[in-house]
Amino acid sequence: MKVLVPVKRVLDYNVKPRVKADGTGVDLANVKMSMNPFDEIAVEEAIRLKEKGTVTEIVVVSIGEQKSQETLRTALAMGADRAILVTSETKVEPLGVAKLLARIVEEEAPQLVILGKQAIDDDNNQTGQMLAGLLGWAQGTFASKIEIADGKATVTREIDGGLETDALTLPAIVTTDLRLNEPRYASLPNIMKAKSKPMATKTTADYGVDVAPRLTTLKVVEPGKRSAGVKVADVDELVMKLKAMGVAK
Amino acid sequence: MKTLVWVDHDGAAVKDATLSAVTAASQLGEVHLLVAGQGVGAVAEAAAKIAGVGKVHVADDAAYDHALAENVAPLVVDLMGHHDAFVTAATTTGKNIAPRVAAMLDVMQISEVLSVEGPDTFTRPIYAGNAIATVQTSDKKLVLTIRGTAFDKATAEGGSGTIEAVAATGDKGLSSFAGSEIAANARPELTSAKIIVSGGRALGSEEKFHELIDPLADALGAGVGASRAAVDAGYAPNDYQVGQTGKIVAPEIYVAVGISGAIQHLAGMKDSKTIIAINKDEDAPIFQVADLGLVGDLFKVVPELTGKL
Repeated sequence: MKVLVPVKRVLDYNVKPRVKADGTGVDLANVKMSMNPFDEIAVEEAIRLKEKGTVTEIVVVSIGEQKSQETLRTALAMGADRAILVTSETKVEPLGVAKLLARIVEEEAPQLVILGKQAIDDDNNQTGQMLAGLLGWAQGTFASKIEIADGKATVTREIDGGLETDALTLPAIVTTDLRLNEPRYASLPNIMKAKSKPMATKTTADYGVDVAPRLTTLKVVEPGKRSAGVKVADVDELVMKLKAMGVAK
Repeated sequence: MKTLVWVDHDGAAVKDATLSAVTAASQLGEVHLLVAGQGVGAVAEAAAKIAGVGKVHVADDAAYDHALAENVAPLVVDLMGHHDAFVTAATTTGKNIAPRVAAMLDVMQISEVLSVEGPDTFTRPIYAGNAIATVQTSDKKLVLTIRGTAFDKATAEGGSGTIEAVAATGDKGLSSFAGSEIAANARPELTSAKIIVSGGRALGSEEKFHELIDPLADALGAGVGASRAAVDAGYAPNDYQVGQTGKIVAPEIYVAVGISGAIQHLAGMKDSKTIIAINKDEDAPIFQVADLGLVGDLFKVVPELTGKL
């Protein structure tokens, strides 16, 4: 079966974001960008399913600026088979991304779409669920384990308080949680090979989908700073402070 | 504006997170609730007592057991015919359902709302809480998930909502519940605990985690949390994880033991009232947000601290 894996290019998770002084957003000029960590997990899971013989083809897709092709090349170097880049002049919101993905799903007819549970820039945690809603497919969010058999995906999900397992009828949408797997590094030979793997380039207009943003960001500010604290010399002083706060007798 | 609030429950009681969602919803207008599940009569009665609540819609049907999004979303979409906003706490249940509802209604969801600035304007954290965005929506209907720690809890008593049964929308046959593993935890639930003691990778093993963190937590009557590093290393279960990808907490006191303070961890706890850090590395980033810091070897300091409390 075919798997579609959407990936997003985001500010590298190790970089501390800097809010622009004019309050229009976060400064992304000259900072390291990488594949969203949850998407790496999604790509890895698709590859593992292919290695098990469950999956025959892995198509990766990214929506964004031209540079997102680097992210797609990374996915191809990890083991994806081909890529679709959908370029957009403007930022596309999760609803718009879900609508574009729904069109791509119609064209590609995958049995499974694996997405990250959230992108670490907007922290929305929406796209997978929205895509499932638009397609009328089952959704297995925050997955820490996926098993495919007999036309069903059995997905163990990380929920508040523990784990829940749901059986989903295929085709289905799965979103990855951190514990699903440990993504592999692309080897140098595979990075070289990825350069010759096919990548189709489209624009949002090619899909005839309205991706006009619904939200306007009025301003972006830094969160309130915590005032500097004090260091205590020893345990006795800490206990004294705790007692003063009324939490210890 | 009429808002519909999703009631998070365990089949018997309303979860605290819902009370925060009610407070957020009441800032928009009239608050109605939705209780969905199987055998949820007691939950509906408890929900009707929440202060400030009007109608309580009750959908009691096997299809809504375990709140499967595929079955619940069409129910919500139906009810949104006569509501202007759908509000849920940003619990895993809320986060699972709300975007599916939003897509079906063709609106953009606003996730993890921190404050209501106006009928169409909200603030929310982005980049792991390193920036706060103010966003305005042009959508006719609102779908919001709210961050529980950012809103006071509505009073659970004193309300007089009217309970009204809702016709079930049926089982869509797309998914089924196959089982769950709920972590046994006698301590206060993390997201509502007043005090949290959290352990990091420096504890070195699962045994040391329990040996050092648990008694300190018990001495303080605290909930127990962990950093992602500690969870990944197997020292603590997944649902202990505090951070961008785990739980967001804002207790009165957060004690970080052997946690360096990576931005992903800070995203989950930096709104705590008082942060206390115990770490042997005096340059650890956690000390930049800690109100009280103790530089020392946690294997010596923690047992001593527990002993003196």
